[in-house]
Amino acid sequence: MAAPPVSHPIAPAARPARSARPGPLVAAAVTALVAATFIPLGYVVWGAISVGWGRAYELIVRPGVAELLVRTIGLVAITVPLCVVVGVGAAWLVERTDLPGRSFWRPLFVAPLAVPAFVNSYAWVGLIPNLHGLWAGVLITTLSYFPFMYLPVAATLRRLDPSVEESARALGSDTTGVFFRVVLPQLRLAILGGALLIGVHLLAEYGAFAMIRFTTFTVAIFQQFQVTFDGAAGSMLAGVLVLLCLALLIAEAAARGTGRYARIGSGAPRVATPIPLGHNTLPALLALAALAVLALGVPLWTIVRWLRIGGADVWEFDAIGTALAQTIGLASMAAIVTVVLSFPVAWVAVRSSGVLARAVEGANYITSSLPGIVTALALVTVAIHAARPLYQSVPLIVFAYVLLFMPRALVNVRAGLAQVPPSLEEASRSLGHPPSATFFRVTLRLTAPAAAAGACMVFVAVATELTATLLLAPTGTRTLSMKFWSYSSELDYAGAAPYALVLVLLAIPVTVLLFRQSHKVAAP
Amino acid sequence: MRARWSRIAAIASTVALAVGLTACSGSDDDALLIYNASHESLTKEWIEAFTTETGIQVEYRHGGDTEMGNQLIAEGAASPADVFLTENSPAMAAVERAGLFADLDSETLNQVPEQYRPPTGKWTGVAARTTVFVYNKRLRPDQLPTSMLDLQKPEWKGRWGAPPARPDFQAIMSALLQLKGDAATTQWLAGMKQNAILEDNNVSTLEAVNAGELDGGIIYHYYWYRDQAETKENSANTALHYFKNQDPGAFISVSGGGVLASSTKKDQAQQFIRFVTGRAGQEVLEKGTSFEYPVASGVPANPALPPLDSLQAPNIDPSTLNAQQVSDMMTQAGLL
Repeated sequence: MAAPPVSHPIAPAARPARSARPGPLVAAAVTALVAATFIPLGYVVWGAISVGWGRAYELIVRPGVAELLVRTIGLVAITVPLCVVVGVGAAWLVERTDLPGRSFWRPLFVAPLAVPAFVNSYAWVGLIPNLHGLWAGVLITTLSYFPFMYLPVAATLRRLDPSVEESARALGSDTTGVFFRVVLPQLRLAILGGALLIGVHLLAEYGAFAMIRFTTFTVAIFQQFQVTFDGAAGSMLAGVLVLLCLALLIAEAAARGTGRYARIGSGAPRVATPIPLGHNTLPALLALAALAVLALGVPLWTIVRWLRIGGADVWEFDAIGTALAQTIGLASMAAIVTVVLSFPVAWVAVRSSGVLARAVEGANYITSSLPGIVTALALVTVAIHAARPLYQSVPLIVFAYVLLFMPRALVNVRAGLAQVPPSLEEASRSLGHPPSATFFRVTLRLTAPAAAAGACMVFVAVATELTATLLLAPTGTRTLSMKFWSYSSELDYAGAAPYALVLVLLAIPVTVLLFRQSHKVAAP
Repeated sequence: MRARWSRIAAIASTVALAVGLTACSGSDDDALLIYNASHESLTKEWIEAFTTETGIQVEYRHGGDTEMGNQLIAEGAASPADVFLTENSPAMAAVERAGLFADLDSETLNQVPEQYRPPTGKWTGVAARTTVFVYNKRLRPDQLPTSMLDLQKPEWKGRWGAPPARPDFQAIMSALLQLKGDAATTQWLAGMKQNAILEDNNVSTLEAVNAGELDGGIIYHYYWYRDQAETKENSANTALHYFKNQDPGAFISVSGGGVLASSTKKDQAQQFIRFVTGRAGQEVLEKGTSFEYPVASGVPANPALPPLDSLQAPNIDPSTLNAQQVSDMMTQAGLL
């Protein structure tokens, strides 16, 4: 992206970013979370140790593995920039222009996250039978993952101070100039966060490539579990993904810089004047429609085709209702817990500088770069020995979701928190409010859209999660994605289709609800 | 504003908690717990019939061979599971190697012919499926391979596919290794690398043949029969060819069942496996929609299928299949 020469576009108070000391509550929460992230990481390290150097070397340096690694890195290098372009473009059009039907488009672009990866890949292969290889992988993952970019960017755009843009305009910049010189630099945290999320998910992706003959390093890991049932060897190989994830984290940290993003305006934040698109309205509408058709239309078309074949028989309303209720229950519980816990971590990441703060934040991403089965088996191993009464219970599966999906909440909350000027909190404190009241009355209100975006992402992730749910949820749990998987693995696509449809459709009202509420909270 | 958020949070947590508790209360400590990696619809039919006959309550957790097998091994002796059912034998063999199975009742073993269970008696075959060559109907019968070994010939280059990473395909390769030895297997795998399009799974192979991308593919029979019985969406343009003649390509793979040594309800668990391999359990395979073969108690196959003993399968002990060696050989051949 074209970074402007001015790296601190908004620093009205000419004061260096300073280090804040976290209170005991924040410190305890952060410490507990970091300790928890060491469960999967520790499992990987244990795997590497028990496999030993000789066998590890043999497994990593074998024919084909180098090819798999190159392919994985290629996928990340191509897909991430593509997602930046698509996600930022869509978010800017929806949030900042006078595009018709903005409230219709806004929640729509979250729904691709809820399309089961397998449905996406099946749908595309159905449409283009010889769709195979790297570019097929890029196409499918870009369409599935751009919402990771779209959501934090849209949430940040909504809270940007319009007066900076107005000043730039008054000084003679045109729309393009304002976008690249003023808007984009302020989106840096959101974009980097989204890019990091997409990167780590690409490392661990497996299901999306099922039908397109595209294999990445994760396949090599699965083979260990599948063929030899050698958990140690599988998790040792996952260590390679941990290293790749560390490389991504370092790159992100380097690109993040030390700029400040907070604003202390005089007066209340207000809604920016929408930018008139003029004769660009039609092309913009067409572009968004095309994106919606590619990302949602294609998989929905496949689901509807299955539904037509299945007729009325596949609508087993009792089972669908139960699965829906369980999915909503687990997903909303996990979304609340994850977003609440992401605040202290994000707070440390934004307000304290230093290596330790970065490490605390980074530790959470590592888990996301691991294939689901590694994290799930790590929790099986630890929970069955250390927390037997909690084994396969609701608290355990929610804990697993927190570990798996913390980065999704973190990316959003961190970007939102960075927009809150510390001096506003200080003002509240100096007026005699205790820290808790300050948090609720100042910080939370200003970060509400970002927290809502985070909650959306976690909710949708939990709704579609499969491996950890299979292994750790209470016996008798049947979520939408479990039912979908069970039917589709028996080739009963018609029976699976209602569950896929409900999953995709569920994402939209959740997004609308959360965003509407966050607007009310954030409004002055 | 704050009140509104708290209200939403309160409502959401109440809903979540209520649902969570319902999910919890669904699990019953007195019920038999099955870790099921076999097809869910089949296991459900078995459980319903078993509970009707014995009054014993049964619960199950459902996952794939990979998930459930690895989970059992990670759980070890602390596992809450009583029974393990799989789709393929390698997961059974892995759990047996980890020393987690109890010996099966002799009554159960007597119901199952020896070729469908390992001699150790730690687990038994409960159903079977056969390897087939699925081909696009544009091929004439005289263009079909007579043996799976023919597929390494140059004339098959780029025309057939198979899912090398799947454990069920590797079971076929293990059979090849046992029947034809190291050298022939290495040579065949090299031929496969040259000729075959590597698919992800049985279904994608079937689809590619159906779409005409491939002339043929190696899969298991019931994927085809189920699609034919349902929508024919992935198989309308295809037909099946059985290699027979004790060919490696006529290999029969068994789905397994076993009782966990750590089970606290071993009697009921043994009873369940005895039921599944008994007449009533095997008739579920004959009469249901699974299209898997019965293997025990003399029950015949679903009439839509050719009889199991007409398939001239090679005789192979399921517990002697060397998954590790095959995986190493396939890795060397560049197939994994």
